[in-house]
Amino acid sequence: MIRARTRSPGETREMAAALAELAQPRDLLLLVGDLGAGKTTFAQGFAAGLGIAKQVTSPTFTLASEYRGRLLLNHLDVFRFEQIAEVFDLDLYELLDGHGVTLIEWGDAIRQTLPADYLEAALIFSDDEHLAPDERVVVLTPVGSRWQSRQDALAAAVDPWAEDSSPRKKPSV
Amino acid sequence: MTALDSSFKAPDNPNTANIVLGIETSCDETAAAVVSGPCDVLSSVISSQVDLHARYGGVVPEIASRAHVEMLTPVVAQAVIEAGLGNHEVEAVAATAGPGLVGALLVGVSAAKSLALVWDVPFVAVNHLEAHLYSSFLEEPDLELPVVVLLVSGGHTLLVLMEEFGRYRLIGQTLDDAAGEAFDKVARFMDLGYPGGPVIDRLSMTGDPEAVAFPRPMHNDGYDFSFSGLKTAVVNYVRSRSDFDVADVAASFQEAVVDVLVHKAGKAARELGAKGLCLAGGVAANSSLRERILDACVASGISGFLPSRSMCTDNAAMVAAAGWQRLRLDGPSPLDTGADPNLPLPFDT
Repeated sequence: MIRARTRSPGETREMAAALAELAQPRDLLLLVGDLGAGKTTFAQGFAAGLGIAKQVTSPTFTLASEYRGRLLLNHLDVFRFEQIAEVFDLDLYELLDGHGVTLIEWGDAIRQTLPADYLEAALIFSDDEHLAPDERVVVLTPVGSRWQSRQDALAAAVDPWAEDSSPRKKPSV
Repeated sequence: MTALDSSFKAPDNPNTANIVLGIETSCDETAAAVVSGPCDVLSSVISSQVDLHARYGGVVPEIASRAHVEMLTPVVAQAVIEAGLGNHEVEAVAATAGPGLVGALLVGVSAAKSLALVWDVPFVAVNHLEAHLYSSFLEEPDLELPVVVLLVSGGHTLLVLMEEFGRYRLIGQTLDDAAGEAFDKVARFMDLGYPGGPVIDRLSMTGDPEAVAFPRPMHNDGYDFSFSGLKTAVVNYVRSRSDFDVADVAASFQEAVVDVLVHKAGKAARELGAKGLCLAGGVAANSSLRERILDACVASGISGFLPSRSMCTDNAAMVAAAGWQRLRLDGPSPLDTGADPNLPLPFDT
C-alpha cells in the first residue's frame, strides 16, 4: 500500500499522469472514493499521461467511454450499478481482454466480479484525515501480480506527492 | 396493434420524402413520432421508463434495452395511427443512432431499418444531439438563424451556434460533469431521490438561493463549463455541517448552475451575433433556468425560445425533424449503419 497526498485537483491530475507512464496493455485500475473525491479528475490526469488530447469527461451517463492515446483507454463508471449482473452489459470482460487500459470509477462496487489483478486508487477527503477542502489522500493498493511486480516503480512515480515529502499538519488522532 | 403492411410505393426521389417516422430509444424514453415537412408534428408518442429506473438511482442499461423492445412496436403503431396515416404513407424512417446507451440505441436502429426495408422507404440515422437542436423549430418554425442553442441534459452540456440547418459550431461544452448529472449526483448525495433535476427544482422553490455562496465554476472563463467542483463544494458544505436547510442548499446549488448557464449562453448569443437563443435537453425543463434565460434574452434584445417541457426532454418528433433535414443534406443512410454510443455532433471547424 502506497500513500500520497495531493493539495489540489491539479496535483491529483499530475500524479495520475505520472502513474499512467507505468500503464501496460490490459491493465485494470479501480478508482474508489466518495462523490466529489476526484475520480474523474484522476482519470483526466491519467488520460493526459497516456497522451490523450481529447477532453475526458465523466462517463456516468454513457457508462463507458473510449479514448485513443499511447494506449487505448476504456473509462467506465459503475456509480449506479447496485446490481452486479449489470457489469456484463458493459462487455467488461471483452475490454479486459483487449489491448487497452481499463479505468473503472466506483470500481469497488463490483470488485467481486473482477479478476484479482488490478491497481486500486482510493481518493480520500474525509474529515478524519484533517484535510483542507482541496486536499486528497491517495492510497494505491496493487492487487495481484501485474501491479505488485511494479510496486517499486509505483512508489517512485508518486514520490513527489509522498505523504512525508513536505511538512504538513499531522492528523491528531 | 396494427399489422405493419407492406403494400407501398416508394417516392420517386428518396431524398425528398416528406412524411418521416422518427424513433428514439437512446436512453430511458421509448418514443415514436410522425413529422410532415420540416416542422409539422402529426403525432408524438413517448413511453417513459423513469419509474423502472428510479429505484436504481439512474438508468440501468439492460433494463432500458428490454423495456424498449417491449414498448417500441406499440409506440410506433400509436404514432402512425395518431398521425392519421396508414403505414404506406410513411415516406422515410429515422432513428437515433447515437450518442446513448448502445443496447438501447440498437433497439431503435434495428426497428427503423426493418421498417424501412419492409416499407421500401429510406432509413436515416440521426444524431441525438442534432435532433435536440431541432426541437425549438418544431414549436417555432419561424425562428431566425443563426441561433445559439444551450443543450443541457443528463449526459451533455453544450453551447452550439446553429448557422444553418446542418451547419453547427461548437462554442462550449462541459469539461467534466454534465449539468443534469450534477443535479442527479447532488440529489443522490442528499438522499432526495431520482431524477435529481425535478426534485431539486421543486425543493428550490421553498429555499433561499442566496443562503450558501457556492462557486460559479469558470464563470468568466470562456464558454466551457465545469460542474464537478460545484458538486464537490456541495458535498463539502453538507459534510461540514450537522444541521442545514436542505431546501436552501438545493436552491443555492441550482442558482449556481443556472447563473453559469445563463451567463455563458447570453454572452455567446450577444458576442456571436445570434438572432435568438434556444434551450434544449432535459435540464431545459428547470423552472429557474427557463425564467432566467428569458430575462437574459429580454435584457440583451435577442429573441429567446423555450420549447415546451415535453419537447425539451427526449422525444421522437425532434428525431423525425432532424431526419427530414439529413435526408435532404446527405440522402438515406446505408442499412449497415450501426449504433454508436459516443457519436459526436458533426461540427464545422
